[in-house]
Amino acid sequence: MTQISGEELNRNRAVDLALKVYVVLAYAFVFAPIAASFVFSFNSDRFPSIPLGEFSLEWYQAVASDPLVWQGLTNTLVIGVIVGVVSTVLGFGAAYTDYRYHFMGKQVYLALALLPPTIPVIILGLAMLAYLSRIDLSGRAISVIISHVVVCAPFAMAIIRLRLSQMDPSLEPAAWNLGASEWATMRHVIIPFTKPAIFGALFITMAVSFDEFAVAWFVSGLNETLPVKVLGFLQGQVSPRINAIGTFVFVISMTLVILAQILLSGRSAPTVEKE
Amino acid sequence: MNRDTLVSFEGVVKRFGSFVAVQRMDFEIRKGEFLAIMGSSGCGKTTTLRMLAGLEAPTEGTIRLSGKPINHLPTWERDTPMVWQSLALFPFLNVRENVEFALKMRGVGKAERRRRAEQWLDRMQILEFAERNIAQLSGGQRQRVALARSLVVEPEILLLDEPLSALDAALKVRMQSVLKNLQRETGITFVYVTHSQSEAFSMADRVVIMSRGRIEQIGTPQEIYGTPRTRFVADFLGSSNIFSGKVTQSGSTGLEVATRDGAFRLSGSVPHLPQSGEEATITVLDTKTNLSVTPPEGNLNVVPVRVIGEEFVGATATIYTETDTGHEIKVQKSHDELASLPVGAGQRLYASWSPADSHLVGAA
Repeated sequence: MTQISGEELNRNRAVDLALKVYVVLAYAFVFAPIAASFVFSFNSDRFPSIPLGEFSLEWYQAVASDPLVWQGLTNTLVIGVIVGVVSTVLGFGAAYTDYRYHFMGKQVYLALALLPPTIPVIILGLAMLAYLSRIDLSGRAISVIISHVVVCAPFAMAIIRLRLSQMDPSLEPAAWNLGASEWATMRHVIIPFTKPAIFGALFITMAVSFDEFAVAWFVSGLNETLPVKVLGFLQGQVSPRINAIGTFVFVISMTLVILAQILLSGRSAPTVEKE
Repeated sequence: MNRDTLVSFEGVVKRFGSFVAVQRMDFEIRKGEFLAIMGSSGCGKTTTLRMLAGLEAPTEGTIRLSGKPINHLPTWERDTPMVWQSLALFPFLNVRENVEFALKMRGVGKAERRRRAEQWLDRMQILEFAERNIAQLSGGQRQRVALARSLVVEPEILLLDEPLSALDAALKVRMQSVLKNLQRETGITFVYVTHSQSEAFSMADRVVIMSRGRIEQIGTPQEIYGTPRTRFVADFLGSSNIFSGKVTQSGSTGLEVATRDGAFRLSGSVPHLPQSGEEATITVLDTKTNLSVTPPEGNLNVVPVRVIGEEFVGATATIYTETDTGHEIKVQKSHDELASLPVGAGQRLYASWSPADSHLVGAA
């Protein structure tokens, strides 16, 4: 199969160039605030202004020496890892159920499973707070975990479901036919096949949990996660420490998302060699 | 039940909701034979195979394997490996691991697994690709991996679901002889589902022809080709001229059928002699039908026809003609035989065939 590249289509060069410039500008617009935060986190000046002062790590030192920040970071990481694992397991189960079985009300099942991310976070946060305090589970780390799993599991399900849809429908019955029981097939065929998506889902759901602020703000109580802590800083004072934390969180999240991206695009499209 | 019977279908019915995929099927598969199940899509051939593999359970009836009913035995507890139309090789395993899969699931030790897998890879002439990924193999090589993966457990029966349909024509012919030889050498019973007449007839010892969930005929390729049992089979094979009409004379030496295109005689022994006045359908192979410019002499059935067209089929050609009533009669001849015959479209000729070459099919 021959791939048609841009050059072969003989397009207008000016249009080509303009489109490229457009893409660069769009990205610049999206990433400018983050880049600014990144730059000012290394700036010695108290207030973000141009010209810049000298290079400094003082804000990072200030952040690193604040036990409250460490507390928030620990909470964020522990919660993120647990949420990632639990959401991925739940998402896998939901996606496999959708792949394997046909039953009455399957459309409703799917709609409900994928619904949570579409609910406005403020409403979800409030509802979670009301519900969790009613069953005496609010204001703890577990409250944030439960709430984040609700938000994250649908992402995991969507990612794993996509991978399962790429699977040859004969693959599972072929394994049964070769003597593998349903559990053995799950272990030796379904999980190996979906592995890239499972890890992709794990990293994406961790990243979502790391960044999630609104729901965590409602339900976390004293067990604040880092994004909630940042809001605390903002309400008290304007400090370049926020830039330092922001840069740090951004780097972690982006690493996770990029890892997931590599996993999900790498092996999903097998190359077929012609004879 | 015969000693040679490996599988028997006894009154097997398969329904999906209100749709009847297979209706009351009774037949036997003999030990060591190459059986092809043939029919157009939706005729129930794949459902039959899947019931045998244990991937579908019959709604009614019993399937026996070596005399034991297996209706409710899950597929992973049967030794009925299948070669899939898509091949269904595991893309995350290399060639060797694919072949070892069934042995691993049966708890065979690592060294033994490796030995047996390599033996089959060698036999299928793909041992050199043992460490390759599936994605790096050609279509023919994948085909061989799929066969090795199923045969490594040395089953009594191998099920094949149109495994050659994805290959190009030349490779298909090569794989047909690989399959046929493999079956002969191993003595394993092959059940081969296909919609292709050439595949079924070139490989199988016996062919089952199915239509709308029913068996139309079971027999050797020669029997089915020469003496189609029903009108459907004659139509499906497409190599016979078919005439229907009323029997006007019936005796021990033959019968005469009045059709819209004239009265045609049929001689020789007929299994169920129809009475005068009954409906009857007769067929004659296109290779046994002749064309001539003048009415031929002798004891023949003759009908005037008009040439419609000619189709080149390699060593032979098929001339399509029609009678005055528009009934199609085709004639297959070698190019030499046709050289002296004017076969331009619209040419008027006489089609003829011997009453002894005519054949009576069931009224259905």
